[in-house]
Amino acid sequence: MSESDTPMIEVRNLIKSFGSKHALRGVSLRVMPGESLVIFGPNGAGKSTLVRILSSLSRPTGGTVRIGGLDLARHADGIRRYLGVVSHAPLLYDSLTAEENLSFFAGLYGMQKPEERIKAMLQRVGLYSRRGDLVRTFSRGMVQRMAIARALLHDPEVLLLDEPDTGLDPQAAEMLHGLLSELSGRTTEGAGGSDPTGAPVERARTIVTVTHSIERGLAIADKVLILANGRVSYEGPARGMTATGFRSLYDLHCALPSQAPRNGARGGR
Amino acid sequence: MSFWKAVTAIIWKDIRAELRTKDIFSSMFVFALLSVIVFNFAFELRVPDMKMVAPGIIWVAVAFSGTLGLNRAFVIEQDKGSLAGLLLAPVDRAAIYFGKMLGNLVFIFIVEIILLPLVMIFFNLSLLTWQHLLVLFLGTYGFAAVGTVFSAIAVNTRAREVMLPILLFPVLLPVLVAGVKLTGALLDGEPLSELLNWIQLIVVYDLGFTVVAYLTFGFVVEE
Repeated sequence: MSESDTPMIEVRNLIKSFGSKHALRGVSLRVMPGESLVIFGPNGAGKSTLVRILSSLSRPTGGTVRIGGLDLARHADGIRRYLGVVSHAPLLYDSLTAEENLSFFAGLYGMQKPEERIKAMLQRVGLYSRRGDLVRTFSRGMVQRMAIARALLHDPEVLLLDEPDTGLDPQAAEMLHGLLSELSGRTTEGAGGSDPTGAPVERARTIVTVTHSIERGLAIADKVLILANGRVSYEGPARGMTATGFRSLYDLHCALPSQAPRNGARGGR
Repeated sequence: MSFWKAVTAIIWKDIRAELRTKDIFSSMFVFALLSVIVFNFAFELRVPDMKMVAPGIIWVAVAFSGTLGLNRAFVIEQDKGSLAGLLLAPVDRAAIYFGKMLGNLVFIFIVEIILLPLVMIFFNLSLLTWQHLLVLFLGTYGFAAVGTVFSAIAVNTRAREVMLPILLFPVLLPVLVAGVKLTGALLDGEPLSELLNWIQLIVVYDLGFTVVAYLTFGFVVEE
């Protein structure tokens, strides 16, 4: 989709206001191809708003977003093909079966003969035996696993995950963690690893994850970012960062908002 | 994916889901049937000729039951966030509009197909002529074309069930008035060739609002 030296995601001075409320107040960030950025922040910090804008579901009030070198405002239809999104809502039809849901979305993404891919995705998320069941009969965790299968179905270059482990039991959360590790090229099963269908991963996917789980987030992160009060409060590499150390950093930036460093204090840079 | 393949996929998805739940169709049909029955009993002893009130009853039943259907069509998309799933797909926003609009049109037509014979029995009228069906088609198309956009707007408001008719009916007035006038004139035996002004009004309305919806739907469904 883009040259490797240009950022896969480049956000400049992003502003989003809902009337007099400011959700984002000048957020800028860069994510390189194959890089995994994990965003932390308290409730109301603007994390979900940022993901909605990156996924083209919401228009920014100001600033620019470029994905794969293309301006999202001008080329949203083309860019969407390369995005896989998991959000708070499952984005599924509960009156359709698991297989029908994936088949419908495969059609919208223009996938030719998607049956094998659908089967592999359902097997990967442990729902193949329930493929003929209506999604409305699924538990919260199963629906979330379906949402993950839907997001990965078209093998997207960029994954935008907003609290993807919400509602997952420990086993399913482990499955998701393994899946993300593989897609970000962190597998322990040899160089390159495998994608959700078991095929070798040719390149690591670019992943932006919003989470409250510090341990899980750090495990898949190349870079971490703390968003507080609509601003980037901290941005830095994840390498060498321990959960305890990061928690102290997080508390400094988020627990006492009045004492947190102002925009521009990017500790990791 | 091509524009019309996306449209077809969305229509089939809606029909398949509706065949399972019957959420939209059952509420629309029961409401339309009750409207016709209530009006029948309300007017039959006081009105000398049912031709005088039948056009109004038909279009009120279509408009009110259609509004119920339009409401449900987007509430179902919004409640589970599946509308966002559609919006994330690499398809033109206009394809989503046409998919939802044509799906709504199919549901309203099915209600009309069942409702018309009942109206003919209750009011002892003949409505199965190509002129009547043409008027019904043009009016219903206009209703679905405008209603789909307004239901996408209303679904994001707090009192969405109330908001849709409040927003929709003032805009629908031209097509409803033209539908009632044409149906009444045809029942009185006037030839369609003498009613071309009303037909032109509906056709211009249908085309105009289809173009407006095509151009604006993307802005309506995005934050």
